[in-house]
Amino acid sequence: MATQWETHPGARTMGPLPVVGRSTLTANGKTNRQANTATTDLLINSLGWFSIGLGLAEVLAPRKVAKITGARKHTGLIRAFGVREIISGVGILTNRRAAGWVWSRVGGDMLDLASLGAAMTRSGRNRSKTLLSAAAVAGVTVLDIRAAQQVSAQKEEHDALDRLEASVIVNQSPEECYTFWRHLENLPRFMSYLESVRDMGNGRSHWVALAPGNLKLEWDAEITEDKPGQTIAWRSLQGSEVTTTGSVEFQKAAGNRGTIVRVQMSFAARGQALARLAKLAGKHPEQMVYKDLRRFKQVMETGEVITTEGQPAGRTSGATWLDSIAR
Amino acid sequence: MKANCWQSKKKMSVETVPDPKILNSQDAIVKITTTAICGSDLHLYNGFVPSMQQGDIVGHEFMGEVVETGKSVSKLKVGDRVVVPFPISCGKCFFCEKQMYSLCENSNPNAWLAEKMWGHSPAGIFGYSHLLGGFAGGQAEYARVPFADVGPLKIENGFTDEQVLFLSDIYPTGYMAAEACDIKPGDTIAVWGCGPVGQFAIKSAFLLGAERVIAIDKIPERLRMARELSGAITLNFDEVDVLESLKELTGGRGPDACIDAVGMEAYGHGPVYAYDRAKQAMMLETDRPIALREAILACRNGGVVSIAGVYGGFVDKMPFGSLMNRSLTIKTGQTHVHRYMKPLLDRVERGEIDPSFVITHRLKLEDAPHGYDMFNNKENECIKVVLKP
Repeated sequence: MATQWETHPGARTMGPLPVVGRSTLTANGKTNRQANTATTDLLINSLGWFSIGLGLAEVLAPRKVAKITGARKHTGLIRAFGVREIISGVGILTNRRAAGWVWSRVGGDMLDLASLGAAMTRSGRNRSKTLLSAAAVAGVTVLDIRAAQQVSAQKEEHDALDRLEASVIVNQSPEECYTFWRHLENLPRFMSYLESVRDMGNGRSHWVALAPGNLKLEWDAEITEDKPGQTIAWRSLQGSEVTTTGSVEFQKAAGNRGTIVRVQMSFAARGQALARLAKLAGKHPEQMVYKDLRRFKQVMETGEVITTEGQPAGRTSGATWLDSIAR
Repeated sequence: MKANCWQSKKKMSVETVPDPKILNSQDAIVKITTTAICGSDLHLYNGFVPSMQQGDIVGHEFMGEVVETGKSVSKLKVGDRVVVPFPISCGKCFFCEKQMYSLCENSNPNAWLAEKMWGHSPAGIFGYSHLLGGFAGGQAEYARVPFADVGPLKIENGFTDEQVLFLSDIYPTGYMAAEACDIKPGDTIAVWGCGPVGQFAIKSAFLLGAERVIAIDKIPERLRMARELSGAITLNFDEVDVLESLKELTGGRGPDACIDAVGMEAYGHGPVYAYDRAKQAMMLETDRPIALREAILACRNGGVVSIAGVYGGFVDKMPFGSLMNRSLTIKTGQTHVHRYMKPLLDRVERGEIDPSFVITHRLKLEDAPHGYDMFNNKENECIKVVLKP
């Protein structure tokens, strides 16, 4: 799939374009985002376990902790801080992408530093111990801030519309899948954001997308690769308000179990269209392509996309639970 | 129409809502004549199933009369009397072709959500959370039934609603749990939980050739039903040590297969039970697997542990070493109801079983909230509540 991207760099022939989000392509086809993720995960993972370990020590042996930090008289406070540490730690470990939990550690660090500061002004004898603890907490604070910044940055990069990839297995032959897809006017049946695709002949087509709030985006596209029963690739024509490339590959699944369908798409836009494109993509653009593919599977296997939109419910507000989390 | 809606934890209410419409061409609209509260509905009621939304219409055991069909429906027509299976299945995907209907790949519009929690998504289910599709359920006057040519079973004999309604869930569910035990002549099967599914598992185990069935619960009337209507040996876990008693009954070897018909809200005794209650209350564990742990430990070497009780998320302190070192087999799953409806209806027709034996309470749909409360608290010897719209 990476090679197809390389063969049709639609976005690149037109000079620098603002892409939603900040991820960039590296030579091996992996985004920088992916490369950074591993180190950030390691850091926040360690912080999560550190939180739990420290928290347990504070809850179970507050006297020892008090002795080490030079804050002898405050075992109750230390125990409460321990509970806080455990909650932060569990939050971090169970919500890998939740920046809030990592920031909660930074807040906790500030509390620790403040408490140690207070202890220092009061007890002269343990001053050096307290100073040492404060230095250690300050060190951890630096790590916490770094991790929190990294996780927050990742959250933004998640919105990138670059190289959206998905695959699904369909209980039909590659030829049947190809034929349905190649008739581009079928695409709006499973690509939820498309209002229409019109075939203009000569491998060219006109696409109309609708973002929430009835915001329209339009572009013309051309087919750049077309191997019946195997693959289709397309890209937008120069001068369109949206720059997009896409490809789909139909591979016969092992054991005669239908077809593995793999899709890759990228979107970028200039000027005013960029805001509409961001709306279209929503918070989870990587999910958008995958959900579309699942709908493709439904259409290919059952003839239609199954829906619950329009069914009754005893709600005062019309919004569904999905509305609140899907976008 | 009137429909029973989930409002919040421990709060259901019957509301007036719009009538359902045909949304897909393969839908049918069924005017419900009888519906029921399932034990698994209590997990929704007690707030243990994630992704419920205020106002969701619940209920997945229902039957009635077809009053409208979508343009692609060919096997059903207006006026047909049908029982509707609780999983929604397309009939065309890899799993439906293998008759594993509760694993349908196409019937859960929110499959991506379920995938995040469970790795892969099972089929959609009526009235059972947005994780499982967010479909409006059947504790209502009408329901929309997707893939109407695949699921609903036509009832053309003279049986009453109460005799065939449970083909929608609990009868096949108990049967599949027993079938999974691969029962051989002379086998002893132990069943944890004598609620409606447990009762059907006990009956089915006998139908499939078990020599003895040992039923475990703590509620006297449920144990009595298992003993008197199905001929089970009963153990009250409030009174006896279950593991010891099972050893004694089997000469120390253990039952050939164990069925967990309890699920995520099990009761028990002692510090382990307190541990699970506490962890579940703090959301550190979603399910309390007390019956399951015991079923694993009790099962004979090389035996089968068959899980019909519903679990939602994560469990702690699973005796996995016991499972591995003693060559146990775990069989589980949401019931592939479609596979069992016809053969189990045949058993009803042959007079081998009358599924209405579990019913203890008959209420109007309007009284559904009271039914939940009573069923949940096991008041008035409540075992199974059917509702009449």
